[in-house]
Amino acid sequence: MTLAKGDLAPAFALPGVDGATHALDDYGDARLLVLAQLCNHCPYVLAWEDRLNAVAQDFADRGVRVVGLSSNDAEAYPEDSFDRMREHAAEKGFVFDYLYDEPQELARALGSERTPEVFVFDDERRLRYHGAIDDSREPGDVQRRYLRDALEALLADGEPPVAETAPVGCTVKWR
Amino acid sequence: MTIEVFFWEGCPSTAEAEALLDEVLLSHGLDATVEWREVRTQEEAEALRFVGSPTIRVDGRDVDPYGAEHGRPSLTCRVYSLPTGVSPVPSREQIERALGVAA
Repeated sequence: MTLAKGDLAPAFALPGVDGATHALDDYGDARLLVLAQLCNHCPYVLAWEDRLNAVAQDFADRGVRVVGLSSNDAEAYPEDSFDRMREHAAEKGFVFDYLYDEPQELARALGSERTPEVFVFDDERRLRYHGAIDDSREPGDVQRRYLRDALEALLADGEPPVAETAPVGCTVKWR
Repeated sequence: MTIEVFFWEGCPSTAEAEALLDEVLLSHGLDATVEWREVRTQEEAEALRFVGSPTIRVDGRDVDPYGAEHGRPSLTCRVYSLPTGVSPVPSREQIERALGVAA
């Protein structure tokens, strides 16, 4: 079951493509934390990941941390292996931490269903926005920038204009 | 002419592929029958050489032969590499080429 608005972020400690282990508490100084369910092989992730990377870059100096995670079953989907995650993050120049949720526990705790799918937590680590990055796979057709709008609103101590949207993408590949 | 569309329900691109295919057929006045075939298991994916949803074949030939040859059979969304970037559905041009009506 997907986290509901106001629910606390689940704790985690997962290996990142940078070789370090990253825990929820490591992001304690971030005003806002974005957890993004990703993977390497899904065309929807491939279509949106540059925009997510841009969000991470654009909001970095305003106290927003973006953390990507891949939880897909890498035995069934070898493109989503940890090795391929490292390669993919390097190829794409990800500026955010990209974590391997091999046990799929974080994805289950979040209630993730799709890739890509984002969860925005406030400074108390309560869920304030969940869903899609924006409203179109095609960058030129975007009308509503859900993630950016939510971050801007929260940074201004307001409410996200939209708190929940339906993410469009591949399913999380459970074992 | 036989058009087959192999799809997996776990991928949200089926409706987009259907609309695109319908539009191409209509715009060229082609009255073809489209056979929709759902792929449900990994075994079926391997038996059908299904490298992702949607996979569209015209008289048995994939609209993206390179992708079909290099993809791995699995229950997943298919990645189409287009000049404009990646897409979960083929381009209109790929379908037209496979149908023999490319400009």
